[in-house]
Amino acid sequence: MSAETAHHGDGHGHHDGASHGSLGGYVTGFVLSVILTAIPFWLVMARPIESALWTGIVIMAFAAVQIVVHMIYFLHMNTKSEGGWTILALIFTVTLVVITLTGSLWVMHHLNTNMMPMSAHDMRHAP
Amino acid sequence: MFSNLDFTNLDLQKLVFGRLSLADIPYHEPILLVTFSVVALGGLVVLGAITYFRFWGPLWRDWMTSVDHKKIGIMYIILALVMLLRGFADAIMMITQKAVAFGPSEGYLPPHHYDQIFTAHGVIMIFFVAMPFVTGLMNYVVPLQIGARDVSFPFLNNFSFWMTVAGAVITMISLFVGEFSRATWLGYPPLSGADMSPGVGVDYWIWGLQIAGVGTLLSGINLVATIVKMRAPGMTMMKLPVFVWTSLCTNVLIVAAFPILTAVLVLLSLDRYVGTHFFTNDLGGNPMMYFNLIWIWGHPEVYILILPAFGIFSEVTSTYCGKRLFGYASMVYATVVITILSYLVWLHHFFTMGSGANVNSFFGITTMIISIPTGAKIFNWLFTMYRGRIRFELPMLWTVGFMVTFVIGGMTGVLLAVPPADFVLHNSLFLVAHFHNVIIGGVLFGMFAGVNYWFPKAFGFKLDPFWGKMSFWCWLVGFYLVFMPLYVLGLMGVTRRTQHFDDPTLQPWFIVAACGAVLILCGILSLLVQIVVSIRNREALRDTTGDPWGGRTLEWSTSSPPPDYNFAFTPVVHDLDAWYDMKNRGYARPLGGFKPIHMPKNTGTGVILGGLSVAFGFAMIWYIWWLAALSFAAIFIVSIVHTFNYNRDFYIPADAVVRAENERTAVLAGRV
Amino acid sequence: MMHTDTAPPGTAPVFHLEEEHHPETSTLLGFWIYLMSDCLIFAVLFATYGVLGRNYAAGPSPKDLFDLPLVALNTAMLLFSSITYGFAMIAMDKGRQAATQAWLAITGLFGAAFLGIELYEFSHLIHEGAGPQRSAFLSSFFTLVGTHGLHVTLGLVWLMVLMVQVGQRGLIPENQRRLMCLSMFWHFLDVVWIGVFTFVYLMGVLQ
Repeated sequence: MSAETAHHGDGHGHHDGASHGSLGGYVTGFVLSVILTAIPFWLVMARPIESALWTGIVIMAFAAVQIVVHMIYFLHMNTKSEGGWTILALIFTVTLVVITLTGSLWVMHHLNTNMMPMSAHDMRHAP
Repeated sequence: MFSNLDFTNLDLQKLVFGRLSLADIPYHEPILLVTFSVVALGGLVVLGAITYFRFWGPLWRDWMTSVDHKKIGIMYIILALVMLLRGFADAIMMITQKAVAFGPSEGYLPPHHYDQIFTAHGVIMIFFVAMPFVTGLMNYVVPLQIGARDVSFPFLNNFSFWMTVAGAVITMISLFVGEFSRATWLGYPPLSGADMSPGVGVDYWIWGLQIAGVGTLLSGINLVATIVKMRAPGMTMMKLPVFVWTSLCTNVLIVAAFPILTAVLVLLSLDRYVGTHFFTNDLGGNPMMYFNLIWIWGHPEVYILILPAFGIFSEVTSTYCGKRLFGYASMVYATVVITILSYLVWLHHFFTMGSGANVNSFFGITTMIISIPTGAKIFNWLFTMYRGRIRFELPMLWTVGFMVTFVIGGMTGVLLAVPPADFVLHNSLFLVAHFHNVIIGGVLFGMFAGVNYWFPKAFGFKLDPFWGKMSFWCWLVGFYLVFMPLYVLGLMGVTRRTQHFDDPTLQPWFIVAACGAVLILCGILSLLVQIVVSIRNREALRDTTGDPWGGRTLEWSTSSPPPDYNFAFTPVVHDLDAWYDMKNRGYARPLGGFKPIHMPKNTGTGVILGGLSVAFGFAMIWYIWWLAALSFAAIFIVSIVHTFNYNRDFYIPADAVVRAENERTAVLAGRV
Repeated sequence: MMHTDTAPPGTAPVFHLEEEHHPETSTLLGFWIYLMSDCLIFAVLFATYGVLGRNYAAGPSPKDLFDLPLVALNTAMLLFSSITYGFAMIAMDKGRQAATQAWLAITGLFGAAFLGIELYEFSHLIHEGAGPQRSAFLSSFFTLVGTHGLHVTLGLVWLMVLMVQVGQRGLIPENQRRLMCLSMFWHFLDVVWIGVFTFVYLMGVLQ
């Protein structure tokens, strides 16, 4: 692989455009992640908020934020990496994940509602 | 299933052979015995020929272990053509059965056998004919069209091919050892679950697809990375050949869709092997979820098949009309829009499962919308032809055949997109006619166009035009004869996947269809004859220029066949239709100054891993746990050992390049 | 590299490079694309859990089964392993092989701790009759969490192999590329775990 080394041989930090972290970055990400993990666990274990619905919404929001924190501080996500292709791939994937999740939940909810067994009485009185 | 691990009752045969026994070899099925004899004979002839021509060495060194995208592309297409014969054999068996099995006549295929045939037909045609065909052409052409020496990950490319072969081998083994799945090409539960299909059939189906699926996914990643990273300098995205754009979108779809298939098959496998309850009828399982998930994969899959064909038609149309493709930008946008929209239509495959009007309307509308960009493409091709100097070489014939045929198929698709209509037509022969209409008229015609178009590039001589035209007309007329009656039958209410009918008034339609199938058989035989005749007459059909059609893209700037390294110097691109641009602006082929060229080494690891995968799949199917564990461990170890090999490339010395290029110079000069 | 159209009029523009063309390495982008495909596998498993996750089949439900303090400990193990891997990458950037190996080893230990705790949790559940065959909820639970655990396991094997390879050949560019790929893989697994502990464990107990 000596030819490779000749051309990409600068060993200090230039990895063909990939970004990398600094100590400060990793520590910041870590601290944020700890906070963003501890609070949801506390919310569910101690239940300071009565409503399960709101607790659920809050912890989902925290999860979304922590994912972004991981992307930025650990995965060094940015719009420049690989000429923008990295973030394009991520956006496309996230879109499909959302479609798969919401689509499946929506479709299956309807299927379950319409197709689960019903008694003869219910059948006679269905719209 | 785990009862055979009862150590108080140790059964040696079960331990060594799992659930495999001599009874699983179908001695009593005459059709299979004949098939086996033919295959064995044919196999012996091939092996004998290889031995006689002392081809084993070159076969291993130059082909099987090759990481060259051109060789791998050719091997994919050979696989596709071989499997086409098997898939078509299934088809002709089905149509002849349907043509005779009326009233008291039961035909010659009982349901037990017929169900395996339609299952195998679908699986083989999609996974082992269409996919390899498409992958093979993309593999061969894309690096050449972007001015690259190879794909981003040449070893992975080789590995992907052998995994696909492994999947095909497992599927073929089911003919002679055990039986194949009877649960349709998509393996719907609960029929495909452990309760209703406890035998090996569904397991053959699962492992064939899973193993081939690994190859396909990795191939997708490979080609996306290649198109993004390996383009020649100056080739910006909006200067990509249209075939490269469609390949990019296809491979994005592969990366985005195949993981879903993998995951769903794992869930089904867990239900079958471990007793989980994803898709069972009891303990909370929900078979409808399988339909939902498998079609989230299934719909993008059909766009994976058709987009490369659209790309081929774009290349062919502009070449044989001597004009730049009309509406390049709109073609690109249309392709990207199709890619994204293909994820929003999947429910149209199960309108009738009961999701209700709201859900059905949403997906019906999205399905209709997705036909629009395809319509735009058809107009662009027509406008390219308008006022062009059209040459009706074979690829152009296939293209025109496609335009007419595919439009009909597309229209029936839009018809099916209307949920109330679909309630009548779902799973009828109308549906069968529709998807064959678009797959044969679209994908297959595209592949044949592509093969005729790029064959001279790959082998240095054209394909024989007479037998090519024979093949074309047999296929075209045969297709209409088979499937137009099926549209009528479907409208009359005839259901798919049936091997016997009570109503004798239906029979004439099936007989017409069977005649069409015989015509298609002639088309396939003509294709085989075309190949043989072309090889025999190759000197008369020889092309020495490297550019027999007056092409517009970079592959035509190389010799035919191209040297291993593709380009002695990396091209620099200034415009769309780069080769056309070069020809017009005084390009002079460099005659000297050649440098050594960096190339990847061949490797046998892919073949070995493919073979081990066959062993693993077979072991899992037949519950031969010791073999499964051993082969799995071997796969693991071989893969890890492979990563310890850092010595994966070499340099083609400058004087070898000089020799190859000088040879080409001489040939080009002699030509004049 | 000459690929501009500034040739004087009357002469052909430059149509080829004189020097050997070395395209940028595709490895990092290729691996990122693979990770995106892995995302979709998890999407299917999450969707399945979402759809089937309330089908208890009159068996145990999340409230009956999940031990949140243990999950919190597990989460901590994985989070620590993420930052120790980060420290390994910083050491790698500085060319410090011994420090890199040390941080990799510590990452491995945290990862192994995560797996150990998870295996303990699984065996405990199975022992209580709450195995994957009990209900669709449990099937989806074991498969989603188990697939994540399998990825962590493969990551650990990869980590050990890389430590051997770095030990043998040092921090050559090829090994640095591999370490960067593993870095992406490792952090990606932590991202998936955020989804798991939120949607499976926390939301499960909330219902």
